[in-house]
Amino acid sequence: MSRREKDRMNWIAIGSLSDIPSRGARCVATPQGKIAVFRTADDQVFAIDDHCPHKGGPLSQGIVHGAAVTCPLHNWVISLETGKALGADEGAVRTIPAKLEGQRLFIALEALASKAA
Amino acid sequence: MTEKLVIIGNGMAPGRMLEHLLEEAPDRYSVTIFNAEPRVNYDRIMLSPVLSGEKAFEEIVIHGDGWYIKHGITLYKGHRIVAINREAKTVTSDHGVTESYDRLVIATGSVPFIIPVPGKDLPGVLSYRDLDDVNAMLLAAQSRAKAVVIGGGLLGLEAAAGLKERGMDVTVLHVMPTLMERQLDPAAGYLLQKAVEARGIKVMTKANTKAIVGNGRVEGIELMDGTIIPATLVVMAVGIRPSTALAKEAGLEVNRGIVVDDRMRTSDPAIMALGECAEVGGHVYGLVAPLYEMARVAAAGLADSEERRFVHSDTPTKLKVTGIDLYSLGDFADGEDREEIILRDASAGIYKRVVLQDNRIIGTVLFGETGDGAWFNDLKKKATDISEMRDTLIFGQAFQGGVSSDPLAAVAALADDAEICGCNGVCKGKITGAITGKGLTSLDDVRAHTKASASCGSCTGLVEQLLRLTLGEAYNPAAVQPMCGCTSLGHDDVRRLIKAKGLKTIPAIMQELEWKTSCGCAKCRPALNYYLVCDWPNQYADDYQSRFINERVHANIQKDGTYSVVPRMWGGVTSANELRAIADVVDKFEIPMVKVTGGQRIDMLGIRKEDLPAVWADLGKAGFVSGHAYAKGLRTVKTCVGSDWCRFGTQDSTGLGIRIEKFMWGSWTPAKVKMAVSGCPRNCAEATCKDVGVVCVDSGYEIHFAGAAGLDIKGTEVLGLVKTEDEALEVIVALVQMYREQARYLERIYKWAKRIGTAEIKRQILDDGEKRKTYYERFVFSQKFAQVDPWSERVSGKDKHEFRPMASVGFAEAAE
Repeated sequence: MSRREKDRMNWIAIGSLSDIPSRGARCVATPQGKIAVFRTADDQVFAIDDHCPHKGGPLSQGIVHGAAVTCPLHNWVISLETGKALGADEGAVRTIPAKLEGQRLFIALEALASKAA
Repeated sequence: MTEKLVIIGNGMAPGRMLEHLLEEAPDRYSVTIFNAEPRVNYDRIMLSPVLSGEKAFEEIVIHGDGWYIKHGITLYKGHRIVAINREAKTVTSDHGVTESYDRLVIATGSVPFIIPVPGKDLPGVLSYRDLDDVNAMLLAAQSRAKAVVIGGGLLGLEAAAGLKERGMDVTVLHVMPTLMERQLDPAAGYLLQKAVEARGIKVMTKANTKAIVGNGRVEGIELMDGTIIPATLVVMAVGIRPSTALAKEAGLEVNRGIVVDDRMRTSDPAIMALGECAEVGGHVYGLVAPLYEMARVAAAGLADSEERRFVHSDTPTKLKVTGIDLYSLGDFADGEDREEIILRDASAGIYKRVVLQDNRIIGTVLFGETGDGAWFNDLKKKATDISEMRDTLIFGQAFQGGVSSDPLAAVAALADDAEICGCNGVCKGKITGAITGKGLTSLDDVRAHTKASASCGSCTGLVEQLLRLTLGEAYNPAAVQPMCGCTSLGHDDVRRLIKAKGLKTIPAIMQELEWKTSCGCAKCRPALNYYLVCDWPNQYADDYQSRFINERVHANIQKDGTYSVVPRMWGGVTSANELRAIADVVDKFEIPMVKVTGGQRIDMLGIRKEDLPAVWADLGKAGFVSGHAYAKGLRTVKTCVGSDWCRFGTQDSTGLGIRIEKFMWGSWTPAKVKMAVSGCPRNCAEATCKDVGVVCVDSGYEIHFAGAAGLDIKGTEVLGLVKTEDEALEVIVALVQMYREQARYLERIYKWAKRIGTAEIKRQILDDGEKRKTYYERFVFSQKFAQVDPWSERVSGKDKHEFRPMASVGFAEAAE
């Protein structure tokens, strides 16, 4: 994303870190569908579409390991950092900027709107 | 005509001798063995892993009963030879069997040295020599009480570590100032003491035993300085003595051991001796490598195949205590004409010392990192002049001659005659030659053909590297399939180590077993979680983040992300009330699909995740609990109507089915478990394709198991017939518990049974009442923590976060 895009990003608070179990995920409902917000074992936070590029499985329901999640439907492994399928599978899911300020969690909604537009 | 060969003793040395002899002159002798121990030949070096729980006795057997039968060898188990008549050329056993011989081999081994102090004969004082000793120690360890091991040598420390693993409070007494002083210099002895103490074992050096005290049995030890150490078990491991009494009585020349020449011949030309009882060139031996060399020499002598002579050589010492790496070889006393190179790394717990004389290695002590042992040994053996590499010698082979630190390259750089397996005297060339010459592809192959790494196993890594080096990409070390990419260990090893090391959390497993990833993957985490739930039912807190979504939210995920819900219908029996409640739930939540399952219950499909707790709340009010249709656990017990209604029914199959289901629901298992009870052999409940099935007959209950009707189709095996419902329940519960404890995660009962053998399962569950009882009791214990209805828990608020979105955002903006 260009510097200009980043500048006009609109960070929206969605809750606090403790709302998500360590090595787990929660969903955020948006007009464009669900976003899965992940918390890794080392408390990094990532947000991606809750929709596996394979058959649309809900990634938020998968097992989180390292910075990746295994889809509950057919075991595709998706990188939380890039949204890309790892291993032999090919495909990618949209990533959404997410950040942690203190304990507060934010995702960048502006990016959503631009995608929707 | 075949000659008669009689062997007294059935330890590792004569066993190895026979292997060589059968290769070189298979038909020359008819062989008879007298073994004072009532069992076959096993790997005595591996008794310590048996004691610590890392191996089972079956795994250390070298020659099973079949081997003796196959080679036409007569083995008298539990026969001690009491007399040799050299004139008549006969031997006689304590059971009165007399056998004549043309050639006799004495391999009576050694006896443990018992310190002559008062109380040495009290019950509770053991030595550490054979399987009987190990079994006695295991029995004593059940008390979890205090044990004292006298002797801080190799055997004593292994015994101490094993007893500690088994939960005892252990103190080691050693009369010298540092441990293993014959093999280690004081610095390494000190590091060893630290490492031993770090495992919670107390060590007292300069401790001189005055007496073993106790009234009727051991209560403690009194030292010379008056200290009293309480103990219920005392293990004496202060050394061994060649067992020579029999030879002496027969008039053979005996010194410390039975005197033999370098071809293993005693003073009687018809009699040979080998092993720990023999004395060659003034030496007696206790480590396996020279004993195996004796076996080779003796076999050559018996076969007249070649003139092989025994030559003395130093043997490296290794300690078999998991997690303590120790290697020592040769002479390392200080001396005027000697120099030494030392490397210490305190933070890593590493100490290395090489002793030189005239620029040649004469001794090596390695502690903490022993990978270069073979290389130092090779330099010493060949008396290589090391002046060229003196500056970097201590850093090991990787630093010499531009060879990279890649372990594979280090092995590649070894000369063909470099010794790889010290126990069996196998060099690199012999292994690589066998791999290419005989087309070997696995570690087991190499062990079978060359014996390399088949004894103490510490050179296994080197042998695997040779396989990789020789076969390249074709080498697939997955003779043991690793659990997943996060580890090289297989499921069985992991399960064993969880128990042996007392690992009680997933991070502890990953740390101790050196997981390659920081927090595992979707394959290993659910497996580890199950193993921990099964092994430590009252101590382990179930890690829901390591469970598959179905088990995390107690419903079955469907292709569109909705869920299905199946309430329990005990034994497939329902009522108007229950059906009405289901109908109401279906209406209220607009559930799109209702279906009867194969397991005699009702499935509601297409429920949104957010609705799950409310659906369960309504179902709960009608008395429904979770049917665990989503679980690697007990699913259904399908039944027919049995003697209550059916004109053919022989027993109350419905009642038994309900009883089993109520007893076993909620238990987690390696894979799903489906059961059925049929009231007569017409088998309407289809019990003969289930994981566990019961077919009722007039005389009782026929218990079946290991059926399959999915990817594979397989009829059940019959476990056996029992007379009463109570017995049927006990057998079924014990069987499932055995499966829970032994199977690999996701392995159904039929696959597990095929792997370990239905005969073994029958033996443990049906024939061995004690064993059955303990399995049963462990299941009952674990149920205390498992039988909680997960649905009502969640209705009352557990894991709320699972069922609600964290936030809703962006809707207002979108509307603008």
